[in-house]
Amino acid sequence: MKSDALKSPEEIYEYLKASFDELLEYVPAELGQSWITVPPFSMKAVAKFLRDDPALRFNTLMCQSGVHYPDEDELGVTYHLHSTSHKHTLVLKVRVPIADPRVQSVEAIWKTADWHEREAWDLLGIVFDGHPNLKRILCPEGWEGHPLRKDYRQQETYLGVTTGA
Amino acid sequence: MGLLDKKYHDSNIIIVPLENALNWARKSSLWYEQFGLACCAIEMMATAASHYDFDRFGILPRSSPRQADVMIVAGTVTMKMASRIERLYEQMSEPRYVISMGSCSNSGGPYWEHGYHVLKGVDKVIPVDVYVPGCPPRPEALLEGFLKLQERITNETVVESKPDGK
Repeated sequence: MKSDALKSPEEIYEYLKASFDELLEYVPAELGQSWITVPPFSMKAVAKFLRDDPALRFNTLMCQSGVHYPDEDELGVTYHLHSTSHKHTLVLKVRVPIADPRVQSVEAIWKTADWHEREAWDLLGIVFDGHPNLKRILCPEGWEGHPLRKDYRQQETYLGVTTGA
Repeated sequence: MGLLDKKYHDSNIIIVPLENALNWARKSSLWYEQFGLACCAIEMMATAASHYDFDRFGILPRSSPRQADVMIVAGTVTMKMASRIERLYEQMSEPRYVISMGSCSNSGGPYWEHGYHVLKGVDKVIPVDVYVPGCPPRPEALLEGFLKLQERITNETVVESKPDGK
């Protein structure tokens, strides 16, 4: 197992290329961890491969975050993966246009993604295709808009009570 | 109470205006509804614990609004929680009192301007009897709030309703 351990993102990328060919893109970071960009429509297949391949075994989704990129009119999702058996980590990023922000859900791959994806939907409005229960998790039902978007404008009242907007 | 015991040791009859008796009973057994919303709850728990000892004032936690006399709104009231607080208040039986504990429930606190999710003062949804300032208030401050509430109850009359009661 030792020879598989501590694979760098670049090595993992080279390994993934055999199965996913042109779909993925390796982005070396000047600061912090380098990442692999995944197209939103193949996220689930990539995630399944990363989890199940004996050389990778990414069995933990450490964190899943949503991001708003106002300059590019895009939303993004960042995945931080970890393998408890191989002790390596990986960062994946997905970018989607804000007009049609659909990403494949990885809830079926890692259960952690369930609430994280609901949060990303609640606060940023990213739609996760295939999520079994995609509803708001923090804001109340019937809340208007997605508060963590940069252009968010708070509603003035909620159930007849002023929000202070 | 110790004084009363001594004074009326030989007889079981105490003559007192009904109002005073009621107010005395009410202010001496302020059972509060036990729920905390944020960091203020930690101070509330500290106040209830042995060092500050709520119990010496007859202040006890109750787990049901139906058994509670006073609600301590201890912490940040989110818009999502506001309707629940209102419902809990409605479930309490009269006479009922509310202590708003800390800046958040007084006015929105640090979220007063940019917190999209925070109610800007719990008095927007339920009437408040005593406001305890602080972020969070120390246990002494909460006790002071209870003493103020006791003061208020002492001056209540049977025939008139509370000035800001619903």
